[in-house]
Amino acid sequence: MTGEIQNPIIRVRDITVQFGATRVLDGLNLDVKRGEILGFVGPSGAGKSVLTRTIIGLVPKVAGSIEVFGVDLDSSSTSQRRNVERRWGVLFQQGALFSSLTVRQNIQFPMREYLRVSQRLMDEITMAKLAMVGLKPEVAERFPSELSGGMIKRVALARALSLDPDLVFLDEPTSGLDPIGAGDFDELVRTLQRTLGLTVFMVTHDLDSLYTACDRIAVLGNGKIIAAGSIADMQASQHPWLRQYFHGKRARAVMS
Amino acid sequence: MNSDPKLERIAKGNALALCATGTWTASFAPVLERMVADAEKLAGSPQSIFIDVSEVAKLDTFGAWLIERLRRSLTQGAVEAQIAGLSANYSSLVDEVRRVRATPVVETSTITITGMLEQIGRTVAGVGGTVAGLIDMLGAVLAAGLRVLIHPRSFRLTSTVHHMEQVCWRAVPIIVLITFLIGCIIAQQGIFHFRRFGADIFVVDMLGVLVLREIGVLLVAIMVAGRSGSAYTAELGSMKMREEIDALRTMGFDPIEVLVLPRMLALVLALPILAFLGAMAALYGGGLVAWLYGGVDPEAFLLRLRDAISIDHFIVGIVKAPVMAAVIGIVACVEGLAVQGSAESLGQHTTASVVKGIFFVIVMDGVFAIFFASIGM
Repeated sequence: MTGEIQNPIIRVRDITVQFGATRVLDGLNLDVKRGEILGFVGPSGAGKSVLTRTIIGLVPKVAGSIEVFGVDLDSSSTSQRRNVERRWGVLFQQGALFSSLTVRQNIQFPMREYLRVSQRLMDEITMAKLAMVGLKPEVAERFPSELSGGMIKRVALARALSLDPDLVFLDEPTSGLDPIGAGDFDELVRTLQRTLGLTVFMVTHDLDSLYTACDRIAVLGNGKIIAAGSIADMQASQHPWLRQYFHGKRARAVMS
Repeated sequence: MNSDPKLERIAKGNALALCATGTWTASFAPVLERMVADAEKLAGSPQSIFIDVSEVAKLDTFGAWLIERLRRSLTQGAVEAQIAGLSANYSSLVDEVRRVRATPVVETSTITITGMLEQIGRTVAGVGGTVAGLIDMLGAVLAAGLRVLIHPRSFRLTSTVHHMEQVCWRAVPIIVLITFLIGCIIAQQGIFHFRRFGADIFVVDMLGVLVLREIGVLLVAIMVAGRSGSAYTAELGSMKMREEIDALRTMGFDPIEVLVLPRMLALVLALPILAFLGAMAALYGGGLVAWLYGGVDPEAFLLRLRDAISIDHFIVGIVKAPVMAAVIGIVACVEGLAVQGSAESLGQHTTASVVKGIFFVIVMDGVFAIFFASIGM
């Protein structure tokens, strides 16, 4: 446990991922520290989602190693792996809510699988989670098809947080939200990170999110991390893509 | 690092302290819930009670909520309960759960007789709706067909050819195989039973009439309903779910014209072809069995077949095919467009598409039988 505190919560080493002849990630290294919100940026199609999906084990890698909570995911046993999976939550880009279950059943799904607790406690925790992500209790009995885009994101976050994970992956959480909604969402991630002591791995395109929510930023380009550091480091960087990204028209608008 | 959670009762002067220790997290939730339920029985005791959480090693939403729940149920009694020794780390979490209004939802899914009767009533009333929906779709397809006849350039040839390939060309192997086997079985059974009367040769009559009039087209229509009707429903249904059909509509396209008409046309053209191939395969299979099993050589088989059947039998069979295809296509498209947002709904409508498709095919077959009998064909 003491080792786990000092070591990064995610340690990615020399990851290579290939689809056919195209090499998407090429010897990538990345550390995510305990308790931080890491913003992960890069041009569209650079492989941000691919890296996320590789870490959570949905995309096979050609080479490299991934350690989460100090457990090497390649050499771990099934029970170790399940244990790790229990401690992380994933928010997919489109929400990926189960369409035939209500919001309440969606949030309770992981609890039902992993914990043996009473229906009453599950209902109460569901209400607490809904309140935490800023939704009204009435939403609980609705089906995903009856929710707006922003509500879907919030419910998906509540489901990702259902088992009180130590680590959450957010894949473009603010895309498709209006600026106010997106701002609220950033605020929400910040609050939850503070109250629950979460580590957050956030893939994003949203400059506002980077400024308001993230502690550290990593930039993906050409299959590698081209820069990692605070927002000030990013602004000081001389890398052409970074200069354009952080000093372009939109960036100036955000900063002013 | 994880130590079992405990909730100890320590008397401190007049007050009673409930000292929470250990890890109060989701992994221990069942234990925690039992302990808290136990401690809740203290409500109403004359002592003042406070909950001491200074020794808690780790707290998450589950733990925080259970402590809050305990505080609430103790407060509802005669005495005010307080939480003491809350560390700064966890105070925001406890504040967060304090705001939760715990009103567990009550599920009202009790089965009552009136409820069941209501369900039956709704289902019966739904039958009328189904028929109306089918007629509505038939009208829409015919209208779209007329529009296409007037403006032939809006006809989607590529799409129709694509669906012809899916529905007709790719279905040939399985249809031929199954009808061949059915032909074999009919011939074998016929010979086996007719032999007792020395009437082996009449198996050719039976095979010819049965295959050309009924089995060929009916069997193929049922297989097409299962194979292509379900595919149509699933395709249209998932397009409906992802708002693709709404997108088409907003761009000024008529979904009936773009999606339904090519599919219907492909099916109406495909089924007679498949029915013909199926009938030939069944006759071939039957002839083969008659020769190898019944000793009727091919020449005798063909001679007998020529006497036994007329072109009428063939026409009776093949005329039914396009009508059955239209029924299957309309049912499949109506069901596909009726899909709602969930995966479950897609499954239900695909099932309904196949079941209704087969049902209507058999009903149509019966209607045709009556019709042909009365005109003496």
